[in-house]
Amino acid sequence: MAKLDLNRVPMPRQEPEVRAKNFSEVALGYSLKQALAEANRCILCPKRNCVAGCPVNVDIPDFVKAMREDDMLAAVRILKSKNALPGICGRVCPQETQCEVACVIGKRGAPIAIGRLERYVADWERANMSPESLAPELPKPTGKRVAVVGSGPAGLTAAAELAKLGHSVTIFEALHVAGGVLMYGIPEFRLPKEIVQAEVDYVTSLGVELTLNSVIGKIDTVDELLESGYQAVFLGTGAGLPMFMNIAGENLNGIYSANEFLTRVNLMKAYQFPEYDTPVKVGKRVAVIGGGNVAMDSARCALRLGADEVYIIYRRSEVEIPARREEVENAMEEGIQFKLLTNPKQFLGNDQNWVVGMECYQMELGEPDESGRRRPIVKEGSEFIIDVDVVIVALGTTPNPLIAQTTKGLKTSKWGTVVADEETGRAEKPGVWAGGDIVTGAATVISAMGAGKLAAADIDRYLRGE
Amino acid sequence: MNQILLRQDLVPKIHLFKVAAPKIAGKAQAGQFVIVRIDERGERIPLTIADWDRKGGSITVVFMEVGTTTCRLAQLGAGDSITDFVGPLGLPTHIEKFGTVVCVAGGFAVATIMPIARAMRQAGNRVISIMGARSKNLIFWEDELRRVSDQLIVTTDDGSYGRKGLVTEPLRELLSGDGKISRVIAIGPTVMMKFCAKTTEPFGVKTIVSLNPIMVDGTGMCGCCRVAVSGATRFVCVDGPDFDGHQVDWDLLMARQRIYLDEEKRSFEQCQCQHGTKS
Ligand SMILES: Cc1cc2nc3c(=O)[nH]c(=O)nc-3n(C[C@H](O)[C@H](O)[C@H](O)COP(=O)(O)OP(=O)(O)OC[C@H]3O[C@@H](n4cnc5c(N)ncnc54)[C@H](O)[C@@H]3O)c2cc1C
Ligand SMILES: Cc1cc2nc3c(=O)[nH]c(=O)nc-3n(C[C@H](O)[C@H](O)[C@H](O)COP(=O)(O)OP(=O)(O)OC[C@H]3O[C@@H](n4cnc5c(N)ncnc54)[C@H](O)[C@@H]3O)c2cc1C
Ligand code: FES
Repeated sequence: MAKLDLNRVPMPRQEPEVRAKNFSEVALGYSLKQALAEANRCILCPKRNCVAGCPVNVDIPDFVKAMREDDMLAAVRILKSKNALPGICGRVCPQETQCEVACVIGKRGAPIAIGRLERYVADWERANMSPESLAPELPKPTGKRVAVVGSGPAGLTAAAELAKLGHSVTIFEALHVAGGVLMYGIPEFRLPKEIVQAEVDYVTSLGVELTLNSVIGKIDTVDELLESGYQAVFLGTGAGLPMFMNIAGENLNGIYSANEFLTRVNLMKAYQFPEYDTPVKVGKRVAVIGGGNVAMDSARCALRLGADEVYIIYRRSEVEIPARREEVENAMEEGIQFKLLTNPKQFLGNDQNWVVGMECYQMELGEPDESGRRRPIVKEGSEFIIDVDVVIVALGTTPNPLIAQTTKGLKTSKWGTVVADEETGRAEKPGVWAGGDIVTGAATVISAMGAGKLAAADIDRYLRGE
Repeated sequence: MNQILLRQDLVPKIHLFKVAAPKIAGKAQAGQFVIVRIDERGERIPLTIADWDRKGGSITVVFMEVGTTTCRLAQLGAGDSITDFVGPLGLPTHIEKFGTVVCVAGGFAVATIMPIARAMRQAGNRVISIMGARSKNLIFWEDELRRVSDQLIVTTDDGSYGRKGLVTEPLRELLSGDGKISRVIAIGPTVMMKFCAKTTEPFGVKTIVSLNPIMVDGTGMCGCCRVAVSGATRFVCVDGPDFDGHQVDWDLLMARQRIYLDEEKRSFEQCQCQHGTKS
C-alpha cells in the first residue's frame, strides 16, 4: 500500500488580486485527477466517524469508494440518496466542524477533504446528466397535499422528501426566486446562482409545484392553507429579520443591514448596475460590523464592487471570529482589514444625512460569558473615529414575525423563533411543522436541511395516519 | 405572469393599469400596496393598490413616470405582462366611524386615496376630500372622488382650475371652521404630507400619512424602508405604510429618499425610454 499522504490536495483558486475584482467563483474545483488523488487518501476505515458527523448522515466512505472505482454515477446516487443539495453543501457546509473533524486521518494529518469531493461529484453530475435523469421513480400519488412555506434549504429538502413519498407538494415563496439565503444572501463568488437554480430545478422535477411571489400571512394565512385542502403545512421561512444596534446615527444614508446590501448585490444583481436596474452604493471606505459568515460575505462583496478600503469591525479577538476559517483566510488574502476588539459607539453624519464616520471603542476581553467565549468589555476613554462612507451591519437576524402574527396557536420563544419538536419538527399547532432557521435562529444550510428531512418523515407518518 | 388587461393614460405622465391578479384581488384592502418587477433586470418598486375587482380578479394601480422603472412601465400596454406582482403588502388603513374625515390627496395619490375615502364613507363617516394638482391639465378622477365624498375641494398651484393655492389652505380653513374634524388622511408627495401634518398639528387632529420610502423586498427583511416615528425605527413595508404624521421624522425620510439620486440619474440616462414615451 502506498504511504499515506498527510496533506490534502490543495483546492485550485483564483489568485487574490484577480478575484478581488470579480464576482466569479473563488474556488475552482478539483480536476478529475485531483479528485481521485484526494479520494485515494481515504483509508475507508470501518469506523465511519465521518458519517456520524454529517447532520444528514451521507454515506461518505461509500461515495468516496465509488469515486475511486471511477463509478461517478454510483457516487452521485449514494450522495443524493441522503442529500438533495450536494452542489450547495460541498461549497458552503462547515465540514471542518462536522464530517472532516471526525476523520481518523485528521489525528495524524489533514483530514480527507470531504466537502471538496462532494462538490466534485455534484459538479460532475451537473456537467454530465440532465436533472430529470436522476429523478427517482416516484411512487403512486397518495392524494395528500402539503404546503411548504419558504424555499430555503429547509423548505426545498422537506418538499423533495415529501414528493419522493408520493405526496403532492406546493412551495410558497415570498420572493421572485426560490432558494432563500442561498440566492439572496450567499454571494455568487462562493455559491454560483446557477448551481442553486439547478438544485431547485431538481426539486421541481420531482413534481413539486413552486409558487413564487406569495407572502404567506398576506396572500393566504397558514390557517387558510389548512382550510383550503392542505393536510399539512411545513414552515421553513428562515430568520430574515435584520438586527440593528440601536445606536445614534443608525438611519444615516449609507448604512445598510447586511440583508439589504447582500439582497441588492446578489438577488437584484446590483453589481451589474445599470444593466440591472437596482443600484447599490459603492463605498470608498466601507466598514462591516460583525464577524460571522454574513460579515465576511458583505465585506468581500463591497471589495468586489470597487471599494478602496474594507474593514471588518469585530468586538472580540481573532480566535472568537465565528465565520468559517477558510472564508476568513480568503478575506484576509483579498485585503480585507480586520479591526478586532473594536465596537461602534455611534455613527457620524454630514448635513446631507450621509454617514462620514464611525466612533468606536477599543475593547478588551474579560471572563467567559454564557456562550463560553470571553466577554468583550469597553475600554473607558478609548474612543476613536474611523472615516467611512458605507457601513454594513451584520450582527445577525431573527425570524420575521409575520407568520407568527398571522397564525393562530403557533407558539414562539422570546427570540421570535417558532417552537417545534427537535426530533419531528412538529409545532404546537396541529397540522403544522417547522424547521431550519425559523426554529433555531440563524444556523447552517445543512442543519436546515436536516430539519426539513426529519419533518418530512414525520409529516409522512401523520398523513398515513400512523 | 400578470397580464395588463387595461391601460388608461389619465393625464400626461400618469397612467392606470388594470392587472390580472386574482389572488391579490381577493385579499386587497384600502391602503395596501403591491411590489412590481417588470422583468429579469428590473428593480422591485412599490405601487399602491388603487382599486380591486374581486370577481373579475384584477388589481388597479396608478403610477407617475419619475424614473427608469416607472418610465419602462409606461411603455407597456394591454396584453403585456409584468413578471412579478406581489401583494397585498403592508397593513390596511385603519377604517372606523370617526365622525368627519378629511381626505387630502396630491398628484397621483388622488387614485390611491379613493379606496380609503370610499371605505371611510361606508363606515359611516362624513368624508370631505381635497385634491390638489399643479395645473388644470393634471386633474383626473374629480368626478370619481366627488362620488365617494360628501364634499370635494379642488386646488391647483397656478389657479388654472378650482381654488388657487396648495391643499393645506382649505385644510386649515376646515380645521378652523365650526364642524368638528375627527381625522385627516393625507397622501401624496412627501413634502405635501409633511405640510398637511404641520397644518393639523396645532389643532390636535390625528393625521394619518402613507409613507413612501425606497423599498426592496417589501416583506420586512432588509430594513431599507426604515423611518423614525416617535423616535423609534420602524419598517414602513410591514409596520406601515400608514403612520401618525405628527410623529414622523420627515427630514430623515426625505434624506433617505435621496440615497440613490446619482445612480437614478445614471440609470435614467441609459434607459432608452426617454426617447419617446407614450404619454
Ligand atoms: C450571507 C450569509 C452567508 C451564509 N453562509 C453560510 C455558509 O457558508 N454555510 C452555511 O452552512 N450556512 C451559511 N449561512 C446560513 C444559512 O444560509 C441558513 O442557515 C439557511 O439558509 C437557513 O435555511 P432556511 O431554509 O431555514 O431559511 P432561508 O434560507 O432563510 O429561506 C427562507 C425562505 O422563506 C421565504 N419566506 C420568508 N417568509 C415567508 C413568508 N411569509 N411566505 C413565504 N415565504 C417566506 C424567504 O423569502 C426565504 O426564501 C449563511 C447565511 C447568510 C445570510
Ligand atoms: C408604499 C408605497 C406606495 C407607492 N405607491 C405609488 C403609486 O401608487 N404610484 C406611484 O406612481 N408611485 C408610488 N410609489 C412611489 C414609487 O414606488 C416610486 O415612484 C418608484 O419606485 C420610482 O422608481 P423609478 O425607477 O421610476 O424612479 P427612480 O429614478 O429610481 O426614483 C425616483 C424616486 O423614487 C423613489 N424610489 C426609487 N426606487 C424606489 C423603490 N425601489 N421603492 C420606493 N421608492 C423608490 C426615490 O425616492 C427616488 O428618488 C409608492 C411608494 C411606496 C413606498
Ligand atoms: S422594504 Fe425591505 S424591509 Fe421594508
